[in-house]
Amino acid sequence: MSATVTSTVTPEAAVRKNPSDPAAPGPRRRRGERIRRIGLPYLLLLPALILELLVHLVPMVIGIVMSFKELTQFYIRDWGTAPWTGFGNYKVSVDFSAPVGKALLHSFFVTVGFTLLSVAFCWLLGTVTAIYMQDNFRGRGFLRALFLIPYALPVYAAVITWVFMFQHDNGLVNHVLHDQLHITSKPSFWLIGDNSFYALLIVHVWKGWPFAFLIVMAGLQNIPKELYEAASIDGAGMLQQIRRITLPSLRPVNQVLVLVLFLWTFNDFNTPYVLFGRAAPEAADLISVHIYQASFVTWNFGTGSAMSVLLLLFLLVVTGVYLVLTSRGRRSADV
Amino acid sequence: MSSSSLSRSPMAPPRSFIWSRRIFLTLLAGFVLVPVYVMLSSSLKPLSDVTGKFRWLPSGLTIRPYIDIWSTVPLAKYFMNSLIVSVAATLCSVVIAVFAAYAVSRYEFRGKRVFTVTVLSTQMFPGILFLLPLFLLYVNIGNATGIALFGSRGGLILTYLTFSLPFSIWMLIGYFDSVPRDLDEAALVDGCGPLGALLRVVVPAAIPGIVAVAVYAFMTAWGEVLFASVMTNDATRTLAVGLQGYSTLNDVYWNQIMAASLVVSVPVVAGFLLLQRYLVAGLTAGAVK
Repeated sequence: MSATVTSTVTPEAAVRKNPSDPAAPGPRRRRGERIRRIGLPYLLLLPALILELLVHLVPMVIGIVMSFKELTQFYIRDWGTAPWTGFGNYKVSVDFSAPVGKALLHSFFVTVGFTLLSVAFCWLLGTVTAIYMQDNFRGRGFLRALFLIPYALPVYAAVITWVFMFQHDNGLVNHVLHDQLHITSKPSFWLIGDNSFYALLIVHVWKGWPFAFLIVMAGLQNIPKELYEAASIDGAGMLQQIRRITLPSLRPVNQVLVLVLFLWTFNDFNTPYVLFGRAAPEAADLISVHIYQASFVTWNFGTGSAMSVLLLLFLLVVTGVYLVLTSRGRRSADV
Repeated sequence: MSSSSLSRSPMAPPRSFIWSRRIFLTLLAGFVLVPVYVMLSSSLKPLSDVTGKFRWLPSGLTIRPYIDIWSTVPLAKYFMNSLIVSVAATLCSVVIAVFAAYAVSRYEFRGKRVFTVTVLSTQMFPGILFLLPLFLLYVNIGNATGIALFGSRGGLILTYLTFSLPFSIWMLIGYFDSVPRDLDEAALVDGCGPLGALLRVVVPAAIPGIVAVAVYAFMTAWGEVLFASVMTNDATRTLAVGLQGYSTLNDVYWNQIMAASLVVSVPVVAGFLLLQRYLVAGLTAGAVK
């Protein structure tokens, strides 16, 4: 509301109080102001708009067009001349009885499982830690900084350290599990085979949970202290205060946080790429790396694009359903 | 029980809570710190320590890896490339985000909602979806106009600044909203134009939010791997790709890899830890509200 007040009142005030250009005829001057006032916000948005168009929206449209073309390495130089194939690339992608479709479906399920587990752990660790650190105690500031280190580290530096720790012969993990605790009968392989899924999960949670911590921590600071004071006068214990005040107050924050974590995890490329290199093991074959391989290793951009479009459609549907469900839940909780 | 809870202020939690907190936070600190310790200690080990069985303590301390990292791969060049790209992307991203957020925060105009929703929804796009088209787009723009975007730092700067833009705009809108409008009205009355009001009044009042956004933008650019692996060549390679050079050689110099990882991490981690207060304050005032 105050925005409209600002934009209607101030220019006239500025004209009246500005002694440096006195003689400008009132109505014309005002119309110039009007045009400038209407044009200005668009002018301010223009750079952001152009860049988003150039880097995100135009390529996305090109990507959708590409997904209908037979775009192999022969047509890379001039991709416009590649022949149309209609839904050919999509048919190949979702033909789950053929190798390409089967591998994509497998990768999809791996990604879904990985994402659900990772988001759950990140959210849980972040929330529990933020709640534990809500009130002041000695060393709180230090711990907060320490917990943010994994988030602050560049992905490749952090993940490459985990690669070292997961080495078969000279890694820390096998040394601890096998040599020191004698849990495993022989050193395990962590970056190939079935274990790679857990390795990926651990690394991703390690790197990702501080983000949840950061957001929840910020969300907690917006809860009025009076609520806790009133609750504790009413005799509510710590756990009850958390259940009745903290968690409900965090609902709007959580709605966005979980969605963002979900989208980032589902689309994550950096972690598996640095952890496994170009060839991800089957057990940890996340969809982004899978599509990357399908496109850049086999130079089949058409099929890769079709897979990307399918991925985007899936994420759109999930996001839509999620927003509808969580918003409705919130409204009924308010009533 | 009830009498004790009556006298307890909300700031003095029960002992059981304090003990569970101690145990939980200690375990978590261990989980967080082990890789950091491995990075630090291994970077000071002689090569024999990192090729044989893992050792918690080095057999002898050496700073040799910190000297060798610069000659094993052209680390200084990668470092410069990353620095140029990240600083440029951060500066551009912050300036553009300040203008856009100011427009959304202070003006009513047609298409405002469409703009914010569109910009935010680009966060949802899988990077892989526009990696291939962007790659082709840059190549074609290069062929048509002679502006080298593919393989150049400029192309990478352009790409990275759009990565941090949506979050930056979103956070700054919230932050600008919390700056009282009376302030820019007063500036307008004093004869500043709208831009003067933005630069002299709103921006100084929103410095914590702007710092937070800059930190985020820098971290995004400094840590990106996917586009760096496709869009750079030998001359413009950034750290994200360059660091893999240590392990494609015949021997894997883990002590050097750890030393190099530490060296490339120190600027961002130090900067982040120094400025994290602003980030939390910025999130509290802006994004999370």
